[in-house]
Amino acid sequence: MKLLQSPAVRVGLSISIATGLYGISFGALGVTSGLDFWQTMALSLLLFSGGSQFAFIGVVAGGGSGVAAMGAATLLGMRNGIYGMQLNALLQPRGWRKFAAAHVTIDESTATSTGQTDPAEQKRGFWTAGIGIFVLWNVFTAVGALAGSALGDPKQWGLDGAAVAAFLGLLWPRLKGREPVAIAVVCALATVLAVPFVPAGIPILIAAFVAAAIGWFSHGRSNEGLEPDVDPYAEHRHDEHQHEHQHGHQHGHPNPRRLPRSGGGQ
Amino acid sequence: MNLWLWLLLACLLGYAWKLVGYLVPASLLRNPRTSRIAGTMTIGLLASLTMVNAVASGQSLALDARLGALAAAGIALWFRAPFLVVVLAGAGAAAGLRLLGWN
Repeated sequence: MKLLQSPAVRVGLSISIATGLYGISFGALGVTSGLDFWQTMALSLLLFSGGSQFAFIGVVAGGGSGVAAMGAATLLGMRNGIYGMQLNALLQPRGWRKFAAAHVTIDESTATSTGQTDPAEQKRGFWTAGIGIFVLWNVFTAVGALAGSALGDPKQWGLDGAAVAAFLGLLWPRLKGREPVAIAVVCALATVLAVPFVPAGIPILIAAFVAAAIGWFSHGRSNEGLEPDVDPYAEHRHDEHQHEHQHGHQHGHPNPRRLPRSGGGQ
Repeated sequence: MNLWLWLLLACLLGYAWKLVGYLVPASLLRNPRTSRIAGTMTIGLLASLTMVNAVASGQSLALDARLGALAAAGIALWFRAPFLVVVLAGAGAAAGLRLLGWN
C-alpha cells in the first residue's frame, strides 16, 4: 500500500495505462500493414519503442523494403541512447539490472524518472513506468492485432488514416518553438519531393539525412525534439508536487529535458 | 522470411542504441552535437513518416482521403485531444470521406 503513496509510482501507473492503450492502434496497424500476428508481437516485445515500431510498419505499409524499414526504425531509436546515458547517471543500475533497464528505456519511462527530484522516487518512477508500459503495451498490441486481422479491408475502416494521425500525434509534442517546426516542414518537403524519384522507404532516409545535417550545423537547443510523447504531469497539474517541481527547475534544476516543458501546467 | 530477418535486426539494433547509453562513458554521448542530432533526426523522421503515410502511394503522390485524416488529426491535436482520440479522428475522417465517395 505504501508504494501507491509514492507520487512517482502513481504517475508511472497512469502513464502505463494511457500509453498501453496505444498498443491497440499499433497492433491493428501492424497486421493491416502486411506483418503477421507474431511479427507484430515481436516488434512490441523486442523492439519496444513506439516511434521505431510505427516507423517499421509505416515503411512496410508504403511498399518499402525490409532494409528501409529497419533503417528508419533504427534511426528513430537513436534518442534512446541519449536517454540511456541520462538514466545511467541518474539511477546507476548494477549488473543485470543495467540490461533490463536498457530494454525499458523509452520516452515515457525517461520522462517519469527525470521528472522527479528525489533519487528513490526517480528509481520507482522509472521502473513503474517501464515495466507497466511494457506489460500493457504488449497485451494491447495482441488485442489490436487480433481485432485488426478480423476487420477485413483496412481502408474501409480508415486504418491508413489512423496511421497518418498516429505519426502526427507522435510528432506534435516535439514541435515546441520555431526551429522544430522549421525542421519538420523542411523534412516533410524533402520527403514529398523525393517520393516520385526513389524507391519506397528511401524518402524517409533522405529526410533523416537532412535532419541530421541541420542538427550538425545548427546551434539550437542541444536537446531539441527529445521531449516525451506524454507529459508525466499532465494529470497532476493542480497538484502541489508540480508547483514544487516547476519552482525547483527555475532555480537551476539539473535536468535540461524538463526545460521546454516549463509551461506544462497549462 | 526475409522480412523476419530485417525485423529481428531492427530489434537488435534498437536494443543496442539503448544499451550503448548505459555502457559508454557519459562524456562521449554528452556531446551537445550528438544530442542535437538525435533530436532533429527524431523530428525529421516523424515529419517524413507522416507525409509518406499521408500522400505517398508506392512511388507516386496521391491526394486522397488520407489528407482528410491528416487535417482531422491536426484539429484534434490543436484541441489537445489524447493520442487515442487523435488516431480515432484520423481513421474516422478517412473512412467517412471514402463513404462520401472521395477515395
